[in-house]
Amino acid sequence: MAEETTPPTSAEPAASKPAVPARPAAAAGGAKPTAAAKPAGHAAPKGPPLATLTPELAQLQQQFGESVIAPAPYVGVLVNDLGKLREVMTYVRDQLGFDMLANATAVDYIKEGYIEVVYHPQRSKGGEPITLKVRVPRGNDPVAPTEVAVPSLVPVYAGAEFQEREIYDMFGVRFEGHPDLRRILTWEGFYGWPLRKDWREPYYEGDTKPFESRWPGGHHQLAEERVPWQDNVNYPPGFDPLNFQANPDAGLYDSMLGGVPGVEVEPNGQAQRSPQPKGVGASVPVLDRNYNNLADDEELQTDQIIVNMGPQHPSTHGVLRMVVKLDGETVTDLKLVLGYLHRNHEKIGERNTWLHNIPYTDRLDYICGIANELGYVITVEKMMGIKPTERAEYLRVIMTELTRIESHFWAIGFLLNDLGAFYTPALYFITERDLILDLFESVTGSRLMCNYMRFGGVSRDLTEDQIMRARELAFERIPRKIDELEQLLTDNEIIKARTIGVGYLPAERSINYSLTGPCLRAAGVPYDIRRVDPYSIYDRFDFDIPVFYGADVYDRYRVRVAEMRQSLRIVQQALNQLDQTKPGDIQAGKKAYNHRVPAGQAYGRVETPKGELGFYLVSDGGQNAYRYHVRSSSFINLNSLKEMTVGQKVADAVVILGSLDIVLGEVDR
Amino acid sequence: MAELTNANMPEELQNDPRVPDDLKNNVFITSLDKIYNWGRKRSVWPMLFGLACCAIEMIATAASRHDLSRFGWELMRASPRQADLMIVSGTVTKKMIPQIVRLYNQMPEPRYVIAMGACATAGGPFKEGYNVVSGVDKFIPVDVYITGCPPRPEALLHSFIKLQEKIEKQSLRNVPWYRKGEEDVIPVPVLGPDLVDPRRAQEIKGKAEQIAEGQPAA
Repeated sequence: MAEETTPPTSAEPAASKPAVPARPAAAAGGAKPTAAAKPAGHAAPKGPPLATLTPELAQLQQQFGESVIAPAPYVGVLVNDLGKLREVMTYVRDQLGFDMLANATAVDYIKEGYIEVVYHPQRSKGGEPITLKVRVPRGNDPVAPTEVAVPSLVPVYAGAEFQEREIYDMFGVRFEGHPDLRRILTWEGFYGWPLRKDWREPYYEGDTKPFESRWPGGHHQLAEERVPWQDNVNYPPGFDPLNFQANPDAGLYDSMLGGVPGVEVEPNGQAQRSPQPKGVGASVPVLDRNYNNLADDEELQTDQIIVNMGPQHPSTHGVLRMVVKLDGETVTDLKLVLGYLHRNHEKIGERNTWLHNIPYTDRLDYICGIANELGYVITVEKMMGIKPTERAEYLRVIMTELTRIESHFWAIGFLLNDLGAFYTPALYFITERDLILDLFESVTGSRLMCNYMRFGGVSRDLTEDQIMRARELAFERIPRKIDELEQLLTDNEIIKARTIGVGYLPAERSINYSLTGPCLRAAGVPYDIRRVDPYSIYDRFDFDIPVFYGADVYDRYRVRVAEMRQSLRIVQQALNQLDQTKPGDIQAGKKAYNHRVPAGQAYGRVETPKGELGFYLVSDGGQNAYRYHVRSSSFINLNSLKEMTVGQKVADAVVILGSLDIVLGEVDR
Repeated sequence: MAELTNANMPEELQNDPRVPDDLKNNVFITSLDKIYNWGRKRSVWPMLFGLACCAIEMIATAASRHDLSRFGWELMRASPRQADLMIVSGTVTKKMIPQIVRLYNQMPEPRYVIAMGACATAGGPFKEGYNVVSGVDKFIPVDVYITGCPPRPEALLHSFIKLQEKIEKQSLRNVPWYRKGEEDVIPVPVLGPDLVDPRRAQEIKGKAEQIAEGQPAA
């Protein structure tokens, strides 16, 4: 770390920072047709280059005509007719085969006066995702959402539900036809749309880092001393807390009381759910079967109750809140309340320089920090057009795969915890996990937050001693531990009884919900980005993608165990091939503090232990990201929790959540 | 047991004929404070309460290698009513702070708080975030702060030792929980347009009026 944290010296004058225009809210009125997000001072050609169409997009254009589908700047196509969006997306899904919505996000182009919603559908059979964009006028009202609504894609891709809610929450884009459009990461009543470019956080210092004001006159200044409220808060003018009734949960309970229907999904022959009961307080039959209309008997009718689990609950893996509606012990409805760990990763990421963001990505999914870093650096490298050295590629793979093993140990240990084997299995696995963390610590200086990757390389090489330790782990200790784990758990009768058939979600529904990672592979879909869209040097190793077909908690467990063995194979091969590379050659080009990323857009993704981690980055050519979006697998996997859980017992809801293996740092970001 | 052996039976009592033989060397004399604190500091029950990354290190501390139970602290309770130590392990967000304050209020006295890591102490790397509280001590009193992002398990153990030292120094005569008077309940913050601390409501109202009238809120 030391070699890269030298502050910018006079060799890198302040003039090299992109000229940051003041962005008052009023300045965004006229939709000037200038170049997209080009700050003044850069040699901007006449508008950004338009994307060349891939065959699929060309087919799409042919189908809908050039007036509807037009090439977009840099990458993808623009859907000009909002009314046809759903039709276009249905065509993309059914005819072109892009059956999974990998990512949906938005970008606020304040100077141009519109917000661009970006979709990345992909094929569950593999290959790169395609990019479709729509634009809506952003409006200048700080509180009101956009006047023009985008048609919601939830009927086409069920996995869009949380992502659209996130876009609504962060940008104020309305989605028409969304089943439950409420704020998701902040709370109802929050003032403004945080990721809009003219929205400023209370501790606002400047649009981009490094800030000038951190060290005024050589003296330390607390952020609290700088701001009018002496705290990290900001209230609208005239706000009166004494005459104010807060009820952030009203919308949530309304949505569970039968007023709002469940997620509508286009019938594709799957998941015929029983009709939803009317709501809390309404009497519903105890028995579905018709025993001479016993169910109509007043005495046999029962009430439903709503139970809040979390945010402080031993089973929710962090500060997640599950609101379940129970009929006896059976879950009849489930809603998630997220955002209790919303740390504003994306807003901070857009202020940070490109390099600044690497340690922040560690804190996304804090169980496997290095895997997140890899996703970020390969996306930025894609935009910068650089390649890491050979040795660095091997080191990246070794560290990332060790992280996967470590993360799966954790996931299985805590799944067993949820099953009632309180802590004993977890403690068994934490022993080995600590040895992996020891290796991380000796290489990078930190157990969890490694800050290991750099653009074009890694920060430290492995010494001979560390390689020996890694070999001992990969060839001796971890294989032994996995054998022990399997011996204890895989055929354990209690585990089988509790997990087989629990949390069932068939492959088609999983794909429709954008489920990724071990949970998708447990449903029989061999979708692993290391294989379907290879990155780094994964195409050189001999490994399998374990697939099971039960689509239940038990197979999610078995996929993880099998994956650990495959990760070990990769680590073993990489360690064996490591001596073919030049020691010490870990950084391509010169080490740099300020990175300049050419203007453009990129969506990069990797397979983390939780699933697909994607980064959607927009650069305006400066040293900061104009838009920095994290497509987090934990967040999007949670979309499907409701369908997995409804109809099961409440004790199983805990286990199903455990089998999804979420990490709240990544869910809430 | 250092305190107890030091406070062993004085020699003149051992030679006192009034003390029966079978009680000699079996009677200890100490101050009530010492025996009270000696017991308390070795049976602190932390709350099973994790917020973010630091919770992972907290679990690692409780696991076999670092072994929290050496301190007699291994019994983590998920219910605040059975716990007397809150380890604030991670970033405190505005959305979460009402729950944290409520949990703190539900804990019985004597209760202690450890702010684990940079975020709980002062906001840490996420301090500038719009949903982040700059340190849990803006709302609840903190006994021990530890640095690190996240702190190593050893650092957390160190904070336990520091807290034990603090408990040792407390005296029955002036601990707040045996005093008469109102119970110390912290008002739960409210989520409005932004986080509202009820203790500052009057001040917020005044400043918001000033801003609405176009004056700078100094």
